[in-house]
Amino acid sequence: MNVAIVDYNSGNISSVINSFEEVAKDKVNINVTSDLNKIKSCDKVVLPGQGSFKSCVDALNNIKGLVDTLNDFAINNKKPLLGICVGLQMFAEVGYEETETKGLGWISGKVSKIDNQNGKYKLPHIGWNQINILKDSKIFKDIENNSHMYFVHSYEFIPEDKSVISATTDYSSKIVCSVEKENIFGTQFHPEKSDKIGLQIINNFINL
Amino acid sequence: MLKNRIIPCLDIKNGRVVKGINFVDLKDAGDPVEQAKIYSDGGADEICLLDITASNENRKTIYDVVKNTSKKCFVPLTVGGGVRSVDDINKLLNCGADKVSINTAAVENSKVVYESSKKFGSQCIVVAIDAKKNGNKWEVFTHGGRNNSGINALEYAKKMEESGAGELLVTSMDRDGTQVGYDIDLMSKISLKVNIPIIASGGVGNLDHLVDGIKLGNASGVLAASIFHYGTHSVKEAKEYLDSKGIPVRI
Repeated sequence: MNVAIVDYNSGNISSVINSFEEVAKDKVNINVTSDLNKIKSCDKVVLPGQGSFKSCVDALNNIKGLVDTLNDFAINNKKPLLGICVGLQMFAEVGYEETETKGLGWISGKVSKIDNQNGKYKLPHIGWNQINILKDSKIFKDIENNSHMYFVHSYEFIPEDKSVISATTDYSSKIVCSVEKENIFGTQFHPEKSDKIGLQIINNFINL
Repeated sequence: MLKNRIIPCLDIKNGRVVKGINFVDLKDAGDPVEQAKIYSDGGADEICLLDITASNENRKTIYDVVKNTSKKCFVPLTVGGGVRSVDDINKLLNCGADKVSINTAAVENSKVVYESSKKFGSQCIVVAIDAKKNGNKWEVFTHGGRNNSGINALEYAKKMEESGAGELLVTSMDRDGTQVGYDIDLMSKISLKVNIPIIASGGVGNLDHLVDGIKLGNASGVLAASIFHYGTHSVKEAKEYLDSKGIPVRI
């Protein structure tokens, strides 16, 4: 099996690569690439993302044909795709970080700044928080409810259709931290930095 | 609920751990990867590597340390010490650091903080503030605590937040190495001044100091070196103690 980690200059993806290689060992080929043909031929795609919503969307658009290729992969061919952090946020139709920016539009909804209740809560939301599993997502196999995951973000994805939400986490409000819509998966937290339990999520995605 | 973080710090010199954990069964006590792994297996919420290499030619050893550590530790890795430029930050991130802490370079030129947070995102930019009390205020020191910049630490903290820092690592120079506890007054004042998380550092001698750093200093995370290095307490013990005091931690 071949898994592609999309390398589109979205910031630091070393940890994502390290964690997937750790889980994959010799069973699965991990390809770190922005090559469109390579992405097309892979079985699964991982879309990481760091920095702002706008910078990530801009970086995707900077690689000619990449957005179309991802659309084909996830929407037309319905192959499994995992978005991490801003990678998940870009599923939305629109994001409001820096300026209003159009997302991939795969899941209706928006990405806006976490309400910190007039400074009562610090932002970014950095650290380990527990997830409330709301539905039996395939990537949560053998993951217990209330497991700790590592977060670092100031913006949150608010999907219109609440049925896509597979987990939330409690901060200043209930923050959506995992979604599943058919073949599309996303985590706001960083499974690659969430210790053994995070590696289990990566393993679940690889084994889909 | 967001948990408070326990962050052990390893001092790295010429690619080797100095002030390491005194575990008898360590194969190689100077191996940063092995030590970091002990911490992450023991429940460390994050690991900090501080490069204290003095000579420039040996500075590149830190890149290999980061590379090897990040392949074995799947908790966040913060790297600091001798970070001078956006290019240095880029190199460390590419080696697998999740956050980079900037100290002297941020004092000398806050553009480094602004530019790097724009380029890589605030989430990976930590500004380390070494502060020392002078009368009724604190001043920011640079070059490993050797030079007094004369800058007011509270105002500087705010400026770093505005420049794009995602987090502040605040070390009290007065307390560092004394084991008498964090400078709670400094921590709580900075925490009140900014809306980004702060990590308290400098002065931990026992587990109650960690409790105070969080409860009284309002720190989101507590960093300690000696109490873990010399085997006085394990990370696990620290977390269990904090939990017994009603502080939310990941157990």
